[in-house]
Amino acid sequence: MTKKPMTDSSNHLDKIKKSLSRRNRAEKRFRWYGRMAVFVGLAAVMVLFTDIISKGHGAFRITYVELQVTYDQDMIGVENLTDPAQLALGDWEALSKAALRNEFGDVSGRRDKRKLYGLISSGAGYDLKDRLLANPLLLGETENVWILADDDIDTYYKSWLDGEPYAARMSAKQIQWIDELHAQGKIRLQFNSNLFTRGDSREPEQAGIRGAVMGSLLVLILTLMLSFPIGVSAAIYLEEFAPRNRWTDFIEVNINNLAAVPSIIFGLLGLAIFINFFHVPRSVPIVGGLVLTLMTLPTIIITSRAAIKSVPPSIREAAMGMGASKSQVVLHHVLPLSLPGMLTGAIIGMAQALGESAPLLMIGMVAFIVDIPAGFSDPATVLPVQIFLWADSPERAFIEKTSAAIMVLLSFLIVMNTVAVWLRKRLERRW
Amino acid sequence: MQATNILILILGLGAFAFFLGRGRSLALAKPLGGIRKLHSLPSYYGLHAALWCALPSLVLLFLWIMFDDPLINSIVIESVAADIAPTDTASYNLLINKIANLADGILPRKGESAALIAAADHMSSLRVISRWALTALLLTISLLGLLWGWSRISASFRARPVVEKVMQNILLACACLAIFTTLGIVLSVMFESIQFFRSVPIFDFVFGLEWSPQTAIREDQVGSSGSFGAVPLFVGTLLVSAVAMFVAVPVGLMSAIYLAEYASKSVRTYAKPALEILAGIPTVVYGFFAALTVAPFLRDLGASFGLSVSSESALAAGGVMGVMIIPFISSLADDVITAVPQSMRDGSLAMGATQSETVRRVIIPAALPGIVGGVMLAISRAIGETMIVVMAAGMAAKLTANPLESVTTVTVQIVTLLTGDQEFDSPKTLAAFALGLMLFTVTLLLNIFALHIVKKYREQYD
Repeated sequence: MTKKPMTDSSNHLDKIKKSLSRRNRAEKRFRWYGRMAVFVGLAAVMVLFTDIISKGHGAFRITYVELQVTYDQDMIGVENLTDPAQLALGDWEALSKAALRNEFGDVSGRRDKRKLYGLISSGAGYDLKDRLLANPLLLGETENVWILADDDIDTYYKSWLDGEPYAARMSAKQIQWIDELHAQGKIRLQFNSNLFTRGDSREPEQAGIRGAVMGSLLVLILTLMLSFPIGVSAAIYLEEFAPRNRWTDFIEVNINNLAAVPSIIFGLLGLAIFINFFHVPRSVPIVGGLVLTLMTLPTIIITSRAAIKSVPPSIREAAMGMGASKSQVVLHHVLPLSLPGMLTGAIIGMAQALGESAPLLMIGMVAFIVDIPAGFSDPATVLPVQIFLWADSPERAFIEKTSAAIMVLLSFLIVMNTVAVWLRKRLERRW
Repeated sequence: MQATNILILILGLGAFAFFLGRGRSLALAKPLGGIRKLHSLPSYYGLHAALWCALPSLVLLFLWIMFDDPLINSIVIESVAADIAPTDTASYNLLINKIANLADGILPRKGESAALIAAADHMSSLRVISRWALTALLLTISLLGLLWGWSRISASFRARPVVEKVMQNILLACACLAIFTTLGIVLSVMFESIQFFRSVPIFDFVFGLEWSPQTAIREDQVGSSGSFGAVPLFVGTLLVSAVAMFVAVPVGLMSAIYLAEYASKSVRTYAKPALEILAGIPTVVYGFFAALTVAPFLRDLGASFGLSVSSESALAAGGVMGVMIIPFISSLADDVITAVPQSMRDGSLAMGATQSETVRRVIIPAALPGIVGGVMLAISRAIGETMIVVMAAGMAAKLTANPLESVTTVTVQIVTLLTGDQEFDSPKTLAAFALGLMLFTVTLLLNIFALHIVKKYREQYD
């Protein structure tokens, strides 16, 4: 050993020592970048949820106004409550209008009257009709009824209660009337049952998500009924029976690619094949279910295959050793053992289908539908599409409704995913 | 009879055939000395009979339902009186709908012409005939099948292999559905696109710089010639996707690195699923968030700096889309990073490298193919993402690279062109399919390439 390398290496050591603090700083920085990235992701989750909840929590309560209603036969123009023709022609709005005039006696002039009638929902007359039909003895009587307020009043009253009134769509008269009602305790917030019991409406205060929830349920039932058996069958074939050849590879490549095809393409497929070629009617759960089946199939096949793969070969070999045929091995042993994993996959696929809206826009499930669908061939919309429709509506009160609908949708998804996780933890065996 | 009732009937017959077949095999086995003397278990004889009974009928039922409506329609149209006979596709559809509604009793018959009413009656009578013919035919086939399956039962009949073969073929058919789906997508999109390219040259579509798909309804309408140059849409799509990737790639990648290499086990168990929540949120929720929270916030923020930010800016849509893609990238990157062998980390650390140097100089280069594949899959998702851009990006096709301006994307245009009622053969509607073809081709290529890279990478370390 000569001296020269020694000085060289001590030089190196110096260099390394000098650079050490810089390198440690870089290390620290890098760690902080990582923490920041995780924080950004988690913050996004938090912001999203707080934003939706802060916007939507108000929609679960809605403003009602107490009015004295007289069910005057002459005013409605109905004599016999059992005659549907008379009921259809009856002037039900006259009831609520008269009640309003009765409450605020000093209103005159067309403009003011219109403002006055604008206090309560335009559908209030029909609510009174339902009330009367439920209790026909009320005809000719007078009673105090809590009547649904108009959406602008609702928005104003809620914001006023929160201390920052939003009065852009209110007249001075209306504000004064509400002050009077409030002073007399004749205006209050109640649980908004309409949100859960009614279908869509152009009037925000009348609109509910029942129709959309039913539509989603029908579509999901059909999707599950089709995609689960087909997906599991395909997975069983590919894992257990398929010979290793080009055809099988081709099927596999197809499935993997379908899993990554944009969902809107499935909408185009549904439009061209199901609606234009097979003439399935638009907007019905059947066509929605078919499209979502094709969309979720790859997910279900892939997760089912993973579940089948996780069953150890020793089980198969033992069964075969006992003389079982290949089909018996699969049917009696592999399938029951992999079923929890398959169910988990199915739930995840259904959660995906429940949140999907783009392909359904293509096949006409975006229509404005008031009636609550009762069967697979009734026109329907689904919850995410309802959210899309409401988000597009100009009325301010729909922002609140949209957020509330989103909260409902998210809670469905959270429940489904929790069940999937629970199922996996509970039933899946580690080999 | 309703199709569902027929279905239930066939299934009931199938169940009946199962018990009949099983019973016969048991009866056959008894004098021979128990079921040991049969080739197969009794339930296989039952299944054999049930398959013969139900399977042909089910196939026939399916085909019948698919084809009876068009057939009845064409018969009705042929027999309709000459004065209301349709001249083109549009009037054909209109007439068929009207007759069908009259036949179903949805439209009142009062005031309709006698020819229409006759056609409607004709249609309903044909429908009744079709249903009864179907029922009779199916019953005959089912019973014949049952008889055949039942008569073949004997102690030496090899029922199990037959049943298993049929089952296996049913499974194969299910697996092939994926191919039919792909084929269906390709055919439907191709077919309409070819029609579209007949009226608009493909060159004008792919390289045209102006997009305004308003076609004239009247001959003399002003300013609605319709130009179908898709370049502004491609640019808009790329702009939004680029913004999304700008958000998603650094955040997703860094969080994957942090969670895989640095975080303690407890942080990992909670932070990872919390990030995955982002992947489970429906896109329509992101769209709402982008349109009503992020876009106004960015506009006000821009205004306070003196910038004019459009209220439908590409930045808002792309940013929110990026947030959506974070978990996608982070979970894919996590997979490939954890797949890098521990020995490579140990080697680097033993040479005196700090942890971050190990990550940057050893792990990332080793995991790069996988990461690139993951990013490509993410890009393909961003390109195909629909709801966020439909709700938060604009409608006007602008050729710009400024993320503060409003742009439109391919998916937005597909949705706007296809929602609502249009006649199906106008270039406006067909353009949506041409855009769909572009979208499908690009994402397919990206996916195939990315999946190939990821697969290659996995094999490298397996």
